[in-house]
Amino acid sequence: MTNDIKVSIRDLYKIFGDDPEAALQHVLNGTSKPDLLKEHGHVLGLKDINIDIRAGEITVIMGLSGSGKSTLIRHLNRLIEPTAGEVSVDGDNVLDYDEKKLRELRRLTMSMVFQKFALLPHRTVLDNAGTMLNVRGVKKSKYLAEADKWLKRVGLEGYGGHYPHQLSGGMQQRVGIARALTSNSPIMLMDEAFSALDPLIRTDMQDLLLELQLELQKTIVFITHDLDEALKLADHLVILKDGYIVQQGEPQHILLNPNDPYIEDFVSDINRARVLRIRSIMTPLTGDIPANAHGEVDYDDTLESMIALSGGDTSHAYIVMRDKKPVGTLDMSNLVKALVPRLATEEGARKY
Amino acid sequence: MAYYDFAFDKLGLRDWCDADKTSDGPVSMADLLAQTGVEQEQSAFTIPFPSLDELHDACAAVGQSRDVTKGVENGFLAIKDVLRYVLDPLTQPLSWILESSISTFESTPWWLMLPILAVIVFLTSRSVRLVGFVMLSLMFLAFVDHYDHSMQTLAIIFVCATLCVLLGVPIGIAMSRSDRLQRMIIPVLDMLQTLPPFVYLIPLIFLFSITEPKLYGIAIILYAIVPVIRLTNLGIRLVDADVIEAANSFGMTNKQKLFGVQIPLALPNIMAGVNQTIMMSLAMVVIASLVSAPGLGVLVLRGIRNLELGVGLVAGFGVVLLAIILDRVTKAALDRVNAAQRH
Repeated sequence: MTNDIKVSIRDLYKIFGDDPEAALQHVLNGTSKPDLLKEHGHVLGLKDINIDIRAGEITVIMGLSGSGKSTLIRHLNRLIEPTAGEVSVDGDNVLDYDEKKLRELRRLTMSMVFQKFALLPHRTVLDNAGTMLNVRGVKKSKYLAEADKWLKRVGLEGYGGHYPHQLSGGMQQRVGIARALTSNSPIMLMDEAFSALDPLIRTDMQDLLLELQLELQKTIVFITHDLDEALKLADHLVILKDGYIVQQGEPQHILLNPNDPYIEDFVSDINRARVLRIRSIMTPLTGDIPANAHGEVDYDDTLESMIALSGGDTSHAYIVMRDKKPVGTLDMSNLVKALVPRLATEEGARKY
Repeated sequence: MAYYDFAFDKLGLRDWCDADKTSDGPVSMADLLAQTGVEQEQSAFTIPFPSLDELHDACAAVGQSRDVTKGVENGFLAIKDVLRYVLDPLTQPLSWILESSISTFESTPWWLMLPILAVIVFLTSRSVRLVGFVMLSLMFLAFVDHYDHSMQTLAIIFVCATLCVLLGVPIGIAMSRSDRLQRMIIPVLDMLQTLPPFVYLIPLIFLFSITEPKLYGIAIILYAIVPVIRLTNLGIRLVDADVIEAANSFGMTNKQKLFGVQIPLALPNIMAGVNQTIMMSLAMVVIASLVSAPGLGVLVLRGIRNLELGVGLVAGFGVVLLAIILDRVTKAALDRVNAAQRH
């Protein structure tokens, strides 16, 4: 958590309607979303959003449809203008930008990957991958070489001459990612990038993204409605509901300490053993290494892998190793406690 | 006595009506017949609509219907000179282009023209079968001595359709970018499309000399430009909003968006518009023979005027052949565009 803050969103409000300024006053005076719609005919899109997005991390914004997550990501590059608030990138308030500076921001600093791919059907895969450099005015001979490099990196070697319609959905989204990577921008915005893909391909793409991220250390903002995907990718997780942030923080922390029935309900559905990491529930090492340990496990391993190691014997205890040094202990009985599912509460999200 | 006398009497307008009864206009046929005939019996079934003529009978101060048509005519004649002063030099290049195009098509010998057309057809359609069909059709027309007329028709369509595209596509693009402009232009397009083509010809004849090629050039362009404008506008408006959003997120300028995204993606629709425009200019070129447009239309007109059935039918068949040729070639080009960018 020592990384610099790359993008910071402060007190962001978005209201859709004819007179958002007037409606904003109602919201600030405490009018709720349904009341605002019923009494004033305005839709509350986002309410009091504050997020710090750190450089080199994947920030996942999760919420169900209608929660405002796609609206939120479009505020970062001002595809949607906010009603009130501030979005700063590297300390500069984006909302003060004129058209030229905004265009520069979109061309150089941010690239975007879309749910429906949004490739240009009349251009080849190679040309599509080079779109952002082409827009910047880079010579064709130069940007094609760069595009070719990234197509190879996302596993599409040899498809450069094809047209988008000749590729499957997963391959088209690889082109979308190659297009964003070719631009070499420090920030990547991914709007439900994998939601249109079928589950196996989606897993592949998530692995690809994590692998690329290990190497490239980009600042990624990822939108999803899928909690498993969010937990797999997120360094920082933001959960949105009806336009406001319900909880944000480290995903393991949210999983273990949900602060809202809405999140508890979400969390109750997932395979905790596969998502929770040993680091989140271990006991930090205080004195000597206990002598009765049955083996060593890694700090970043999932609980599932430790269960497999123990063969299901709940009397076992393990030493947690990080960078080949012991940092803590974990015994199986504590592990099982962490796995106790949280029951979905009555007032949970399911009725929404 | 006229039916509506009582109305003017009751309103106390009789004096005003009879004030200058002497200045009655020319007597119409109906009036003469009425003077000889017997007074008709009035009943609820024969109440006449209070039209201008009927009211005029009752009150001489009210004008007749023919004053309306006369007024329109006088109005047009009054602005005619100004209009001509502005439009004549503006449209003069059209005459030159049409004349030079027709003379080029006519003076090119057939043994050069046919191969050139074959190459053009092949380049646009990439279909050897279509080239064969076009060549056979043209040779048939030449064989029955309709070659020159066909070439004149083709020359006129070539010029007018090209101008329609050059003018229509930018208008369509402008319309797609502004809802207000769209609201203003659509009624004009509707009018151009529904007004009978003969109606354009009447004012044009008054404006320009009937021997000038621009007369029929303007008539054809006005009639045929509508579909290319409409479909360009529609095509650009139908471009996937997701792709436009992506283009925005890449920081494309409006120009980059227009030429890099919108026009290429609207191309199938624009091509469909071009196809319709060509077909409509062919339809109009026959009618335009009334105002001295050369080509197959002249022969069709001769068939009608002199009741020369054979001449009219053969020339009509020639028009059909040209229509099929133009349609197939532009459709083949359209299919190629579609195949290149299936979604």
